[in-house]
Amino acid sequence: MSLILLLIIAGINVDVFDTSNDDVSCNIVALASNAVVGSLEHLKSSEFPAPPTNVLPKDKPNDAGGSIILTWMKSVDDVEENELVKEYQVFRSSSLDREFELIGTASKGFEKYVDGTTIDGTQYYYMVKASDGVSYSQPARSEAVSSSAQWFHTGRINMLVATVIISFLILWFIRQAKSGKELYIRPIAGLEAVDDAVGRATEMGKPIMYIPGIMDMDNMQTIASVIILGRVARKAAQYETTLLVPCCRSIVMSAAQETVKEAYFDAGRPDAFNADKINYLTDDQFGYAAGVNGMMLREKPGAIFYMGAFYAESLILAETGHSTGAIQIAGTAMPSQLPFFVTACDYTLIGEELFAASAYLSKEPLLLGSLKGQDMGKAILIAILVGGVILVSFGFSKIIAWLTTG
Amino acid sequence: MKKQIPLIITFIAGMVMVLQFFIPHRPFSDLQQLFNSWFLIITVFAMILGLGNLLKVHTKRLQRKPKGWWYSIVLLAGFAIMFIAGMVWGIERGTFFDFLFWNVHLPMSSMMFALLAFFVASASYRAFRARTPEATLLLISAILVMIGRVPLGNYIWDKLPLVSDWIMSYPNMAGQRAIMIGIALGIVSTSLRIILGIERTYLSGK
Repeated sequence: MSLILLLIIAGINVDVFDTSNDDVSCNIVALASNAVVGSLEHLKSSEFPAPPTNVLPKDKPNDAGGSIILTWMKSVDDVEENELVKEYQVFRSSSLDREFELIGTASKGFEKYVDGTTIDGTQYYYMVKASDGVSYSQPARSEAVSSSAQWFHTGRINMLVATVIISFLILWFIRQAKSGKELYIRPIAGLEAVDDAVGRATEMGKPIMYIPGIMDMDNMQTIASVIILGRVARKAAQYETTLLVPCCRSIVMSAAQETVKEAYFDAGRPDAFNADKINYLTDDQFGYAAGVNGMMLREKPGAIFYMGAFYAESLILAETGHSTGAIQIAGTAMPSQLPFFVTACDYTLIGEELFAASAYLSKEPLLLGSLKGQDMGKAILIAILVGGVILVSFGFSKIIAWLTTG
Repeated sequence: MKKQIPLIITFIAGMVMVLQFFIPHRPFSDLQQLFNSWFLIITVFAMILGLGNLLKVHTKRLQRKPKGWWYSIVLLAGFAIMFIAGMVWGIERGTFFDFLFWNVHLPMSSMMFALLAFFVASASYRAFRARTPEATLLLISAILVMIGRVPLGNYIWDKLPLVSDWIMSYPNMAGQRAIMIGIALGIVSTSLRIILGIERTYLSGK
């Protein structure tokens, strides 16, 4: 009878067993005992989930203060098979004598909580409870800790070292160039063709169109583009060729107007400068593409420059330009758009060449020196890459951590 | 002095942005956000310049009547209608402005984007002509990638998707990473030139 009761408690259907067999009967007893113990444990732990352990608070590193990271080890009841732990509740107090206040929760399975509401210098005590939504475990308490701000981001030491080395190389080669040492810079076909493109447009009596991308002046590619525009505008002024610059952003338009104006002044042709040729179209990506396409088809420029950051409109512009028969030179640091420009344009400046263009076109020793430094930086990076691959292949994985930025 | 002041401002702003990357402590940690806010404020005011320029250029076009001058009527009318609709009835959902945005502006933008399909076809036709060994290589890899990424590829040969993935994950990724490294160095170099005042084309420097 007691056996049957035990089985009922354990939720086992006794009809499936034949109690006339002794072995089976013994097995049933063992099974029933286990089931009852398990069931009782379940009842016990469903009231009080086991608490998390090893609650460790520490000041969040490399931040501006105001944050403490709390870590703990999961409750033994925090397992996938049961629902005893649904979340961890995090409490905080600035004194052990004061009441602890609930500041947040972490989901089941998590062992970390970031308290981003601390006051630097104030000591805090933390308490973590496992909960199934109704009942709570005993609290696991932490030692006192306070947050503080750091003056140096230790996770970025590698970046600092790289910045210092590359800056040193660039400045070193600028100094070399300043002292009169001749520096060899590899020819870049796309930049060699700038003069030809401007000359061709001049001979054909057609305008030059310069498209500075669709991003704003906070984008490095746009900045590089406006600098190149200065060089192209100077040549356009010298050749007395009309320069059209449709802009997608108001600030870019203002910067382009100033740059072109200065270039025309430098070339001794201030009278030829017409601010209306550097005009704003729209901030809308495809509205801009439609506007520029219309200009291309109406004005039929002899040369078109695409320099800066482009997205999906790149091929729409470049293919329309191609259909007008213009010589096209593109330059962008958007890897996804490079294939489109390579396909549709006569010359394409790939990535870094966009940033090298201004220095290359100016032929000034100081600027060329910076290009040489840039190339040396690249050589060092290639060496690090090759060395890194070899070291990791031989099991020296620490180098990955050294080269990872925090 | 006209050149010195912008150079000093550029140097200070540039160095502050470099420092804030390495110094998490306040006030450096707040500077990027602060500069971004300033930039947004300047952008809003610059919009007035942009709109002024737009209206000026197209009004002049209407006066001079060059080739395609009637497009300026469309532009000015579109601008006026959207501006008045937004100012008078607001821009909330259900307003006339909202109606114009969803039923005029958006379909036209989608149409421009859809044109891309035709341009991709015409550009691919030119790019994939096997005139040189490099172009042939491009043609072969493009065919493998394209066929490998559609169900037909798997139907032809079940290893084709793997070949396609391999091309994208190794040769293509290696090339992209090489370009990205060059770009990063180019940005450092250009930034340094601008911060140190070596590059001053924008100030009429040679």
